[in-house]
Amino acid sequence: MKLESKVPEGPLAEKWTHHKATMKLVNPANKRKYEIIVVGTGLAGASAASSLAELGYRVKAFCIQDSPRRAHSIAAQGGINAAKNYPNDGDSVWRLFYDTIKGGDYRAREGNVHRLAEVSSSIIDQCVAQGVPFAREYGGLLDNRSFGGAQVSRTFYARGQTGQQLLLGAYSALCRQIGLGTVKMYPRMEMLDLVVADGAARGIVTRDLTTGKIESHAAHAVLLCTGGYGNVFFLSTNAQNSNATAVWRAHKRGALFANPCFTQIHPTCIPVSGDHQSKLTLMSESLRNDGRVWVPKKVGDTRNPNEIPEDERDYYLERKYPSFGNLVPRDVASRNAKEECDAGKGVGASGKAVYLDFAEPLKRLGKNAIVEKYGNLFDMYKQITGENPYTVPMRIYPAIHYTMGGLWVDYNLMTTVPGCFALGEANFSDHGANRLGASALMQGLADGYFIIPYTIGNYLANLGMAPVNAKHPAFAEAEKNIAESEKQLLGINGKQTVTHFHRELGKILWEYCGMARNETGLKKAKTLIPQLREEFWKNVNVPGEDADLNQSLERAGRVADFLELGELMVDDALQRTESCGCHFREESQTPEHEALRDDDHFAHAAAWEYAGAGKPEIRNTEELNFEFVKLSQRSYK
Amino acid sequence: MSAPLQQKTMNLKLKIWRQKNSSLPGKLVDYDARDVSPDMSFLEMFDVLNERLIREGEEPIAFDHDCREGICGMCSMYINGRAHGPLGGVTTCQLHMRSFKDGDTIVVEPWRAKAFPVVKDLVVDRGAFDRIMHAGGFVSVKTGGVPDANCIPISKPIADIAMDAAACIGCGACVAACKNASAMLFVSAKVSQLALLPQGQVERKDRVEKMVAQMNAEAFGGCTNTGACSAECPKLIGQEHIARLNREYIKAKVGSHTV
Repeated sequence: MKLESKVPEGPLAEKWTHHKATMKLVNPANKRKYEIIVVGTGLAGASAASSLAELGYRVKAFCIQDSPRRAHSIAAQGGINAAKNYPNDGDSVWRLFYDTIKGGDYRAREGNVHRLAEVSSSIIDQCVAQGVPFAREYGGLLDNRSFGGAQVSRTFYARGQTGQQLLLGAYSALCRQIGLGTVKMYPRMEMLDLVVADGAARGIVTRDLTTGKIESHAAHAVLLCTGGYGNVFFLSTNAQNSNATAVWRAHKRGALFANPCFTQIHPTCIPVSGDHQSKLTLMSESLRNDGRVWVPKKVGDTRNPNEIPEDERDYYLERKYPSFGNLVPRDVASRNAKEECDAGKGVGASGKAVYLDFAEPLKRLGKNAIVEKYGNLFDMYKQITGENPYTVPMRIYPAIHYTMGGLWVDYNLMTTVPGCFALGEANFSDHGANRLGASALMQGLADGYFIIPYTIGNYLANLGMAPVNAKHPAFAEAEKNIAESEKQLLGINGKQTVTHFHRELGKILWEYCGMARNETGLKKAKTLIPQLREEFWKNVNVPGEDADLNQSLERAGRVADFLELGELMVDDALQRTESCGCHFREESQTPEHEALRDDDHFAHAAAWEYAGAGKPEIRNTEELNFEFVKLSQRSYK
Repeated sequence: MSAPLQQKTMNLKLKIWRQKNSSLPGKLVDYDARDVSPDMSFLEMFDVLNERLIREGEEPIAFDHDCREGICGMCSMYINGRAHGPLGGVTTCQLHMRSFKDGDTIVVEPWRAKAFPVVKDLVVDRGAFDRIMHAGGFVSVKTGGVPDANCIPISKPIADIAMDAAACIGCGACVAACKNASAMLFVSAKVSQLALLPQGQVERKDRVEKMVAQMNAEAFGGCTNTGACSAECPKLIGQEHIARLNREYIKAKVGSHTV
């Protein structure tokens, strides 16, 4: 398949302006003739649904939670980037663009990333106008802090709850539209199929999670804003119900899936404590503004950390990366933590942790300043571990956090299925092979507030205004397939729970397709995953009924999809024999153990095409043309 | 990876509310939880129990949960007569089994409030909160065309109090803890946040009137200032916000154009 990025020609800084000026418009009176479905109500979905309804489109929004306010965007802690340059420290649209392209290890489109940097400032303005209580200085103006991969302070924040406050802002805008009757909200509803007919997306089929009822919904366009697939690893920082079902089923209906092996491992999470563990908790990257990462110099040093003298500690990030220090990008920080632990210097009962120490900033800034900046994070750490981080250094270890891969979209955010768009973490577009901290919130809101309202008009204007309905036989067929698949899952009556299979899949992926990957391991995973999938369909036990609230059935469908997606991730990791960003192929590293790219062969996005059940997927590529930045070995030294 | 050796596991007796759906009656059912690690979260203890129930051919207990880090507001268990259990300032998902001891009996119920009907087992319908928000929990600005963020200076102390109020996660513990099942703390958090900020001034009166009207239209009870809501709020939202809501409401009503 030929992939057309549709990035406009012309100078980098004028592409988006020019595109906006030349796209077709839908006149205000005609907008109400179009129906748009938005699946997911996180930052991308809530901002898109409210913005499109404000313009006059008729919107239906769906979420799996009991309220749109609970989408997983709410858990983002640290902040949101914007090129405001309020601190006067040399920031600009170009610098945010450059940091993001470089941070992504040159595996994202220049045009998309520049547009993201361009609209970043408007996002902050929008959120403030909604009443989002960002942190302020005593003069009343907005405060900023620093995040990894940048040498300027461009991150806006609301204590350690920035995602919550931004989501509640978008949710409030959505509530206003629901109240006005322009958005019809469907909570506790899960999208189980994308309906494609006559070459375009025509709607979706959903399951009412309370009653089990399967329903069809027709629309002129479908927006998938359903987040990432990090939960494929079982243990991740994602919410328990985050899943890939909507994007995976769209993929099976023709939407290409790009760079599935690009999965971000966040360096600062609370380590695993036991087999019962259901999720991993992130400690915001903002902690690396002040916290210092170290391990004992001596292998197997089990002394209490406060008893280890300064000269017997290795502040390895500060030592190896003097210019960025503790604020190196996430992939670099994670890999270094793994390296230290693999060398036997890990701390804590499991030996799979490093220290994040606040003794020095507590002395320098005083406890009050630390409480002010990080109080809720310290409380959360204490609650989970039973240890007091004001007196004992935190123990942290990397965990799966975010997925840069996702549905392939063009510059207009449209997938390879006409009329089906993907926004936010659900798409692959802006972060390349590694996302910088505080950029996920920026991208989700950029897509929803400032990009889709323009690009969707261009699609709809070309589509015509014929009303839509769910009478096409493709809807009935999709409904029938879903009902049959549910009956099949409920009828297996095997001996293992859904969670068992999910946990086993997670172990395979973490071991062979996690922080470091090699050919032998990936090939092993490629035999193990199909075996596990086969066993799942023979031996899973899904209790209960289909016409009921049935959380086991919900999970079974999602894990069945993860068992397919997991294999595609391994395929993608196997084929990309270079290292880049988060994707570290042990065969491709510099003498200093940094990721070594192979630009001659892999300066492209790999977009996988579903070829039918049981058939290998087809690997398509979109070449990434770098006209404005020079590709170089990423260095944070 | 196993838990450190010095930690002993516990055996607990659970009494858990089971209810097939909103129209059938429910009852407390006894379960044993064996070999519970003190490092488990309360919900992980439920996960282990549910895994066992499935293996034994029983239907697992339905409960709401999602982020498991205390911010989404989805989890909602009434544990030993207290919303989110015995600790202050945490949600159920952040409660760990080290807060209990071997041999304890733990009673787990759903939120008990007419405005939050039980959907199944421990799952309730909190749609009433959303409907209050639809009525006025926002600043009516459209996307685009807003002033530069630094054109709206806000004093840090005011911004901080607004943030305290904005921290509400909409879990409903305040309603569950209140003997009248009043939603005043929830409503006051949003009214307070927006009444304090300059962005909220234009619609200040209209907002409080509309949100309170919707609150009254739902099946919540009245507020008698017992303070149980703040005592059980996982985000420690204080009574001063209810005081501010009352003040805002009176001021709005005195000068109302919608009497």
